[in-house]
Amino acid sequence: MQMGDSVFMFIATLLVWLMTPGIALFYGGMVKSKNVLSTAMHSYMPIAIVSILWVLIGYSLSFSTGGNAFIGNFDWVGLKGVSFEPNAEYSATIPHNMFMMFQMTFAVLTVAIISGGFAERMRFSAFIVFIVIWSLLAYAPVAHWVWGVGGWLRELGALDFAGGNVVHISSGVTGLVLAILLGKRKDSESSSPHNLPLTFLGATLIWFGWYGFNVGSALTINDVAMTVFVNTAIAASAGILGWMLIEYFVNKKPTMLGGLSGAISGLVAITPACGFVTPASSIIIGLVGGIVCFWGVTYLKKKLGYDDALDAFGLHGIGGTWGGIATGLFATTSVNSAGADGLFYGDFSLLWKQVVAIVATYIFIAIITYVIAKAINVFVPIRVDEEQESLGLDITLHGEKAYHETNF
Amino acid sequence: MVEVLTKIEIVTRPNKFEQFKQELAKIGVSGITVSEVKGTGLQKGYIETYRGTRKEITLHDRIKIEIVVCEVPVQDVIDIARTYFNTGQPGDGKILIYELANVIKIRTGEVGHAALKNNN
Repeated sequence: MQMGDSVFMFIATLLVWLMTPGIALFYGGMVKSKNVLSTAMHSYMPIAIVSILWVLIGYSLSFSTGGNAFIGNFDWVGLKGVSFEPNAEYSATIPHNMFMMFQMTFAVLTVAIISGGFAERMRFSAFIVFIVIWSLLAYAPVAHWVWGVGGWLRELGALDFAGGNVVHISSGVTGLVLAILLGKRKDSESSSPHNLPLTFLGATLIWFGWYGFNVGSALTINDVAMTVFVNTAIAASAGILGWMLIEYFVNKKPTMLGGLSGAISGLVAITPACGFVTPASSIIIGLVGGIVCFWGVTYLKKKLGYDDALDAFGLHGIGGTWGGIATGLFATTSVNSAGADGLFYGDFSLLWKQVVAIVATYIFIAIITYVIAKAINVFVPIRVDEEQESLGLDITLHGEKAYHETNF
Repeated sequence: MVEVLTKIEIVTRPNKFEQFKQELAKIGVSGITVSEVKGTGLQKGYIETYRGTRKEITLHDRIKIEIVVCEVPVQDVIDIARTYFNTGQPGDGKILIYELANVIKIRTGEVGHAALKNNN
């Protein structure tokens, strides 16, 4: 064990942990004032539930080394054998249980991101049951495919540095499927954000945490890690510019919410690529990320008619897909000798592997989400009733209100 | 001809306001004033809980819509309001009708019926 790496990874873990409360504020500001607490709960409850599940069984299903290509086994259930002693296959220089904690924050964050798709209309009890099952049957397998020893995407050679597939595509696609199954909010056409400064604070915490997310994925401070640091910063900045530019051309008014969305788009897009591409490529990846996500939330969503309320799919699904493809285009072994060369560096095969990884994630996640949601719906309706929706979920599901403007 | 100016005040649930407003525009009512209000009536209250402290809330969130008409038949406005705001449950609210003494348009100084039209 090395003290330097361990201190670094402790801080990186704290940074990623902070992203989930950040999502609560980011999403909370975008909903109506009668649903802000309900929306915050959609991020807060995953911290409580997924953290415990992760220690009990999730980490074992995702990372235990004795599993098959699809999923881990039960060897590490209840953290059996996961101790201060480093695990050489994942992280030889930091305590194994610290690596487990770092990965825990990813599992929690992924579940929280989903809620952007179903905000303002999902029943709380159905939501709780859903996240328990989803984190074990959907997150754990995909994490194992990509990162686990023996996982088939890892063996295939698909590249996903910090979690484009595992975190962003999987949460985005899940949000999309739930948005379609739940149906549109009654006021989806006229609904507008109730507190954008709250969203600003949330987006800032998310961005701040993202440095831990991406740089921490290097598990040490080396040459690659510092490239990741630079790439993360400038891809987010380029994402803002990309979104702002196209927004200016289309609507003539650049918006603050557009800027925040652009930053998240750029960050999502660079996530799978950050440890394999040059800073110059990062600027292009971020810029295009902002533009395609803008297209996703303004045109694609309208054209296909789904109500992805806070754009879980629009930012994380579409941005993650672009990031995965971009990795297949821009990756170069001059940045990371453990990576591969992409199409622009003369090798077509990586792009093909990236597409396989993306398509497999879409199909698996969509099917498993559909099955879980339909199964829950047999026992309890996943959507709230009409009166609850119009009075707001805060008062009807939680018995509290965020704002008391009057003193009666 | 004697001008009859009527003020219609509707206190009701906020849900269907957008559709109601669009329907009113179709019959020629373009100017309305809306405020958020609290009200109580036959509808039962609900419970809020803060760290175990229970609070029964009997005042519900409503909107108050104020409309002044002259040419447009009052009954039309009432019909549209009842179409959109009647849920069949207690708490749908009331429509109040007043006869007005006069209306003065601040910008032009026009009075009465002329003040309601958008001529100048």
